[in-house]
Amino acid sequence: MSKSNKPIVWGPFAAGGTVTAFLTPVLTLLALFAAMRFSPDMFTYASMHAFASNWLGKLIIFGVITLSLWHAAHRFRITLFDFGVRADLVVATILYMIAAIGTVSTIFSLLSI
Amino acid sequence: MSRNPYVREVPKTSWFFRQPRYMRYMAREVTSFFIGAFSLLLVVGLKRLSEGPEAFQGFLDALRGPWGVLFCLAALVAAVYHSTSWFNVTPQAMPIQRGEEFVPGKMIVGAHYAVWAVVSLIVLFMGI
Amino acid sequence: MSERQIQLEVLRYDPETDREPRFQTYTVPCLNEWVVLDALNYVKDNLDTTVSYRWSCHMAVCGSCGMMINGEPKLACKAFIHEYPDQIRVEPMAHFPIERDLVTVVEDFITKFASVKPYLIPKEDKPVSAGEFKQTPAELMKFKQYTLCINCMLCYAACPQYGLVPEFLGPAAISMAHRYNQDSRDGGRDQRQEVIASHEGVWECSFVGACSEVCPKHVDPAGALQQVKVASTIDWYKEHLMPWSKK
Repeated sequence: MSKSNKPIVWGPFAAGGTVTAFLTPVLTLLALFAAMRFSPDMFTYASMHAFASNWLGKLIIFGVITLSLWHAAHRFRITLFDFGVRADLVVATILYMIAAIGTVSTIFSLLSI
Repeated sequence: MSRNPYVREVPKTSWFFRQPRYMRYMAREVTSFFIGAFSLLLVVGLKRLSEGPEAFQGFLDALRGPWGVLFCLAALVAAVYHSTSWFNVTPQAMPIQRGEEFVPGKMIVGAHYAVWAVVSLIVLFMGI
Repeated sequence: MSERQIQLEVLRYDPETDREPRFQTYTVPCLNEWVVLDALNYVKDNLDTTVSYRWSCHMAVCGSCGMMINGEPKLACKAFIHEYPDQIRVEPMAHFPIERDLVTVVEDFITKFASVKPYLIPKEDKPVSAGEFKQTPAELMKFKQYTLCINCMLCYAACPQYGLVPEFLGPAAISMAHRYNQDSRDGGRDQRQEVIASHEGVWECSFVGACSEVCPKHVDPAGALQQVKVASTIDWYKEHLMPWSKK
């Protein structure tokens, strides 16, 4: 037996689990309001752009999005295994790839704002 | 006397129907699908934001409508379930010992719920 | 004293004649204060001497009489008849092969349990004349709950990941490793990490939490395993990102 490299993904999973536990409910609620046209001046381009323009805003957005992605990717990998999908390596590769693409996309988007 | 042990196979795709606690566990795990999908929505929204006002408006327009509402509602339910299941087990994963006694689990959980409420209210007022 | 008729359904399996297990039902006149183990003893003494099951202390100390009672992992000596309906179904512990009737094959657990070195490994050898290894009450509290484990294996019968992945070291073995790792007199953590931080070790756990829910001694193996994950993750990042910080 040798020590596993699982901590690489478990670290972001645990950190992401905590971040999503605190923030995702309110973010989904805000998205729900936006989808329901709750208020016309929600999520205006100007306000969102202003938030994503300074470095603190960028850091927060980066942290929240990427940690949520890695949290979900890792847990969904285990979920699929629990449902009986035994091609764990394939599942892991695809899910972590999606999380990686999301991470890179987030970086590019933030850098170009 | 010969040994001839009988092995009972665990059904790989239906084991979680056996006990209610397994169902609760699977419900918790399935939240990851919605949290993942919602995170990807944020990735796309951020990309549209970086592409300018028209692109971002297009993103918001696409979100509006019954499917957007339904998705956000499902994500909200999943996210709340994730939060409660996550906070409720924090005393197990991260117990705090003060001297000879452990801080009661209820206090650790309660502190998480309090911070959760404050953070949610702040973000809500920033967003609205 | 009130008496109640119970239909006791026992899963029977004779390795010499049966191809698969079958249920056999016994009608047992139970006293209200009886536990399921008393009902089984009644069957053995009065109705059918061939029923096999393990038991010894009848007081939740020896950890021998673990079985599935109406689908739930329980000690038969701690499962009170008055908490059950008139029909009680007993089966051998889930996830273990059946040796005979309610007796399971437990070698797998014993091997795994021994593999985590569940004993004190002192940091340095010390002659007896140097005196005892002292410990404060606070240091004792750090691991005391884990010492209550009686190796009854109910946590293995409850853990779906052990059922799905038989290689998994499982709750009791890892939480006992954690017990010694947390002990101020112990210096064996590095040796145990080689076993418990492996793939078949703590990383097969997905924190279902069933182990802690069924533990008859109120040990929290699920919590121990999460703490092992956190510590192993910190280890990994230290080793790989800060190789100069060798402890």
